[in-house]
Amino acid sequence: MDLNRFKPEIVEPYSRIIYGPGFNLRLRNKILKTGLALAICLTMAFIALPVASLFLKSPLDTTLRSLHDPVVMDALRLSMMTSTLTTLIVVLMGTPVAYVNARFHYPGKEIVDSLIDLPVIMPPAVAGIALLMAFGRMGIVGHYLNALGLSIAFTTLAVIMAQVFVSSPFYIRQARTSFEDVDLAFENAARTLGASRVYTFFHVILPIAINGLISGAIMAFARSLGEFGATIMFAGNFQGRTQTMPLAIYTAMQGDMDVALCLALVLVVISFLVIALVKTLTRRMYRNART
Amino acid sequence: MLELDVKKRLRDFDLEVNLRIAEGEILMLVGDNGCGKTTLLNMIAGLIEPDVGMIALDGKPLFDSSLKIDITPEMRNIGYVFQSYALFPHMSVYDNVAFGLRARRLPRKEIDFLVKDHLTAAGLWEIRNARAANISGGQKQRVALARALIIEPDLLLLDEPLSALDVRKQAAMRRDLRERIHSCEVPSIIVTHDLRDVACIGDRACLLEMGKIVLSGAAEDVMSWGAVPSTG
Repeated sequence: MDLNRFKPEIVEPYSRIIYGPGFNLRLRNKILKTGLALAICLTMAFIALPVASLFLKSPLDTTLRSLHDPVVMDALRLSMMTSTLTTLIVVLMGTPVAYVNARFHYPGKEIVDSLIDLPVIMPPAVAGIALLMAFGRMGIVGHYLNALGLSIAFTTLAVIMAQVFVSSPFYIRQARTSFEDVDLAFENAARTLGASRVYTFFHVILPIAINGLISGAIMAFARSLGEFGATIMFAGNFQGRTQTMPLAIYTAMQGDMDVALCLALVLVVISFLVIALVKTLTRRMYRNART
Repeated sequence: MLELDVKKRLRDFDLEVNLRIAEGEILMLVGDNGCGKTTLLNMIAGLIEPDVGMIALDGKPLFDSSLKIDITPEMRNIGYVFQSYALFPHMSVYDNVAFGLRARRLPRKEIDFLVKDHLTAAGLWEIRNARAANISGGQKQRVALARALIIEPDLLLLDEPLSALDVRKQAAMRRDLRERIHSCEVPSIIVTHDLRDVACIGDRACLLEMGKIVLSGAAEDVMSWGAVPSTG
């Protein structure tokens, strides 16, 4: 068989018929590909250049020396501690909410959904003021807590509350999608086999949805690690107590640039690890969903 | 014996079914898609609540709207084989079959003994460690049946148990299915589209149309029912 007859020789002259004489399809494709490649390169350069500059502008010995600076150590310790606690609280509070919203219809569900999403679109500074108005010394709830001798604003607890406020939607949205993806037949099968709702949740639904939940928890952890606006408004900027890594970078920028660069590098490395983890888990989640 | 007299308003029609199934009897439920067959099974299993009526098994009410009785699915002790088999994908074949016994908090030794017994009887012992998601359609069907039978159910419900299987394997599977279900000596309902299933497996057959039983008779006579052109 002469395979050459399948070559699309007719395309070029035919395109000239349509687009007129002088039109060159190969040239047009080449221009299109070059344009697309240029757009990709420009976008990548725009994102990669600042990140690369961080590494290029921080000599390794200075960075390693700055790691032992008390400001860096305090910020790193506080950020890791608060972000971990925040993630735990978000998972414990968010999982039942996500499951109920995925499985059941109830009056006011739309309002609950909108409230959950609100912190995502709310500017962090506004979130900080809102928290202050609720839990600050003169706030709606804080007023009563203050009367009992409890003060939340400008404490480590305030840092955690600000982080929970801004990062919870990232977990709840992902967890809800993961629960929705679990076939209802699995749940029904477990119930008919004698499993209670609670047993079914922990032995069937949770293990099937787990990759999505972990992915959501990692996103919430990353968001709380980078939280700045709400924290500085509601918790202040006190080293060792409320000064997390983003706040320490902001403070160090006004004095010791090496410390700021060191903290920034630590955050960039953590961000890369988070992206890698989320991608791996998402891939596993889709593979499990297909089987 | 299963006694059933239920009504439920569905989107396009009212489901109204009155049935009695004796111990060891296999009732084949035939009908077009969307005529209410699976909804009826789900109502018996306790997964959907009827609007009014009663469901009683061996004289004990599972549901009674007048007495406000509605036993939860986990307390009904009904073996249900779902159309998709609904095997838990994150578990092995062994764990799937053991699930109902573990949920009942049986001692581990007893679970091991019973699971081995059922897996061997179903010819599945060799693949006990395989993930449920990675086995063939025929094996999935046998695992789903073993999982439903191991809890020693008082009633068996099977929703199109052969529809996902290769046509060549169906004849052998029908014989196997009939033997295994008959050995339980409990009332059984099997939903099917295939009239060959009715003739080979069932004792009695009912034709459901728009939520109502319009024909009922011995399973071997089903081929003479001219009124089911869209099935099979």
